[in-house]
Amino acid sequence: MNYRVIFNTIGKIAIILAILLVIPTVLAACLAESSWWALLTTVGISLVIGLVLTFAVRPKTKAIFSKEGLVIVALSWLYVSAIGALPFVISRVIPNYIDAFFEMCSGFSTTGATILSGDRIDELYGTHKALLFWRSFTHWIGGMGVIVFLMAFESGSSNRGMHVLRAEMPGPTVDKIVPRARSTAQILYLLYIGFTAVEIVALRIAGMPTYDSFVHAFGTAGTGGFGVRADSIASYNAACQWIIAVFMILFGINFNLYYLWILRKFKSAFKSQELWIFVGIIIVSSTVISVDLALSNLTFVSNAHDVVRHSVFQVASFISTTGYSSIPAGADINAFPLLSKGILFLLMFIGGCAGSTGGGLKVSRVALLCLAVRKELRRVVHPRNANAVKFEGKTVSDETLNGVARYFGLYMLILAATFLLLCIDKGENLTVESNLTAAVSCINNIGPAYGVVASGYYMYNWFSKLILSFAMLIGRLEIYPIILTFAPSTWIRR
Amino acid sequence: MRIIVAGCGKVGKAIIDSMTKDQHDITAIDNDPAVIEEISNMYDVMAVCGSATSREMLLSARVSKADLFIAVTESDEVNMLSCFLAGRMGAKHTVARIRETDYNEDGLDFIINELGISMALNPERTTAETLFDWLKLPSAVSVDNFAGKKIQLLELIVRRGSTLCDSSVMDLRKKCPIEFVVCAVQRGEAVHVPMGTFVLKEGDKVAFMVKRAEAHKFLKSIGAVQKQGRDVIILGGSTTAYYLAKLLAGNGFFVKIIERNEERCADLAEILPSGATLIHGDGMNHDLLMEEGIKSTDAFVALTGTDEENILICFYAGSQEVPKVIAKVNQGELADLAEKLGLDSIVSPRKLVADSLQRYARALNNTLSSKVETIYSLMDEHAEALEFKVLSDCKLIDKSLKELRLKSNVIVGGIIRGKETIIPSGDDKILEGDSVIVVSTDAKLYDLSEVLR
Repeated sequence: MNYRVIFNTIGKIAIILAILLVIPTVLAACLAESSWWALLTTVGISLVIGLVLTFAVRPKTKAIFSKEGLVIVALSWLYVSAIGALPFVISRVIPNYIDAFFEMCSGFSTTGATILSGDRIDELYGTHKALLFWRSFTHWIGGMGVIVFLMAFESGSSNRGMHVLRAEMPGPTVDKIVPRARSTAQILYLLYIGFTAVEIVALRIAGMPTYDSFVHAFGTAGTGGFGVRADSIASYNAACQWIIAVFMILFGINFNLYYLWILRKFKSAFKSQELWIFVGIIIVSSTVISVDLALSNLTFVSNAHDVVRHSVFQVASFISTTGYSSIPAGADINAFPLLSKGILFLLMFIGGCAGSTGGGLKVSRVALLCLAVRKELRRVVHPRNANAVKFEGKTVSDETLNGVARYFGLYMLILAATFLLLCIDKGENLTVESNLTAAVSCINNIGPAYGVVASGYYMYNWFSKLILSFAMLIGRLEIYPIILTFAPSTWIRR
Repeated sequence: MRIIVAGCGKVGKAIIDSMTKDQHDITAIDNDPAVIEEISNMYDVMAVCGSATSREMLLSARVSKADLFIAVTESDEVNMLSCFLAGRMGAKHTVARIRETDYNEDGLDFIINELGISMALNPERTTAETLFDWLKLPSAVSVDNFAGKKIQLLELIVRRGSTLCDSSVMDLRKKCPIEFVVCAVQRGEAVHVPMGTFVLKEGDKVAFMVKRAEAHKFLKSIGAVQKQGRDVIILGGSTTAYYLAKLLAGNGFFVKIIERNEERCADLAEILPSGATLIHGDGMNHDLLMEEGIKSTDAFVALTGTDEENILICFYAGSQEVPKVIAKVNQGELADLAEKLGLDSIVSPRKLVADSLQRYARALNNTLSSKVETIYSLMDEHAEALEFKVLSDCKLIDKSLKELRLKSNVIVGGIIRGKETIIPSGDDKILEGDSVIVVSTDAKLYDLSEVLR
């Protein structure tokens, strides 16, 4: 293990976190909110840690391997979540550190699960805009990734950066869009910033207040889902809801495709099978849910437009793993008919495309799993079958298929473990439904769950919150980094 | 610059390695998925799996936007074809490795011109030419040529009791009547650009810049001259051995090639010049080496296909007091190890090829105020010697070297003005149209003006 490189990189991440924290600090100062000093203290803490680590721990060699890459990514994310939580604790907005840590894990992992109750959010919207801004800004940072951010802005990249990039970027395989990792990271961030800016402008034009547009654009871009109102998006007008729905879908698509569009390679961009599967799932499930909603008498649905809007919005929100809700106050997702709830539950597993900011298993992984199953079934009928599995116009190697299968197995195990550990909690009104959906929702980085958890995660005790915090990071980083960092064999020098 | 490297074998990897250090945008093509996996893990490049001669592959590697296309796959024919295709599809410059002797006779120019290939690489021939230079000046560890072979850079190791040992650069200049510049000194891991007061110690590796015509006299004056050997034993009948034997035999050396494969022997016998002796037998066998006169030979060159064999047999040759022993070692790690264990002269064909391509790539940057003509990496790649052509708008023109505020890790080692070669002192000036040789440690130079502070 190259400890020096690991801690040196964490130091750089600490400095970047300090710089990013300056933005809400300035906002707090401008709005004359009491939290500015809490934010400033955190800037100071992170800056000191960062400077000490970068200057005291100079790496002897830059050589890193996949093990170091995974550990760097996991520790960086734990660091930003742990330190990012400090402003909430120092300002007593969220007095309990575990709660604040949960909120930040949820922020950086772009989950959007919150321990704040609806009333408390409305209250903070009045008094602590800067902290709510920071909460949503973590979605934006976590969406494209902390390390990718570091890579895009740090000069002098090393040859082995791919190990780190691969550990952070979602999807079964990671492709660079240009030869150099640094340029790739820059292009991704430019696209990301561009799309976010367009959404902010669109929301502003549609009539959302400026502050709210920023916050919701961050939440959409990272496919996070933190809102600033008790009823999430529902109190904004229909135009705003449509804009957010469209952008949730856009941010669930592989960013490499946008780059191809910019290069005017429409043909190869539209050849992407993953894109069409993603679009297909959205169309089919919104249609089914529309019919289902139309047939059941919901109080908040009065006309055909409402039916379509609610179903498309919820489908987009769940498949992109954002977690915003268009359901007005007084009702929640539990009011949906059973079939719709069932479809949305399954959409949680699928998630966005590989290389997007969405969470979940990823469309390409689900597709590969289905193809692998089909191959196995074929083998049963024709034991000598030698057909290859093809995806995106290329033959998929057995190694990749096995990798996907292994990932799925591990994913289900972790899901089971999380669910089981949640069931230890003796909290009131917790049911199998609420615990199962909470586990699925956190691992897939969506946010809302069914049952009592539909209104927030505040009813869980500290242990469950900790479990869910880790579940969220595990889901965002796709299992291996966090698991390997906590495996003793990674650290023992042998 | 956008560079595409087709074929990621030993040479391909060496090229990618040196090119990534120069911050180029590189796309690597290979048809082995395992190799592609390895490349994308090791280097910051785009690695794609497929055939270098397929149109789809070249399209997806965006060959039309490439400034340089380098084909170094196993097969000469694939290299030629892919370069031809790449050129037709819009790559600005193409380089193909063509190493079969059949292609490398008189027909090479015809092939290159007809296929529109910018440059043909022949690692074996390049290696042979380098070895030939080394064998002519046996006391130097290695020899590099500049300015159309007018200036040479000699690397020497300071031995105990020699004139070099414990004398400063200034003293040395007083003692020696020949003009020279000490460009770089490697001591342990560190490489220095020495000042006049720098004192050389035993075990240092020193690079001297001298006029080629005076190289022999220079070595004599510092007491480092060795009798130029006439007898050379080459172990392993590779293509490199063939080229080297041809060069040596043509220049009055007595060459003996030892090759263990009978078929290869028969092939070599067909093409070798009459001055060379061919022995069929296992060169790792000490008795055979004794019989063929290893005790009395002047130089021993190990060119078999296995690095480890070359290193081991060279240690044996060294123990038999052969004055000049050279091993071909391709793997960088092994070369470092062998050097630490005391093997001075090591030739690495893939490093030579990577150097020559790096030189070619930098020379393509013609927009700058000077142009790179030659590059050699020295001192285990810790330093570089570059030859620049000075163009009119260069900042260094018309000032004496004393006045120029050069960086501390840079030294001007030679100036070539028309037919005149100057080993510069502080009073010399750089003029337009000169070629200037600069040695620098650690920094990568692209332009002559970068030597200034």
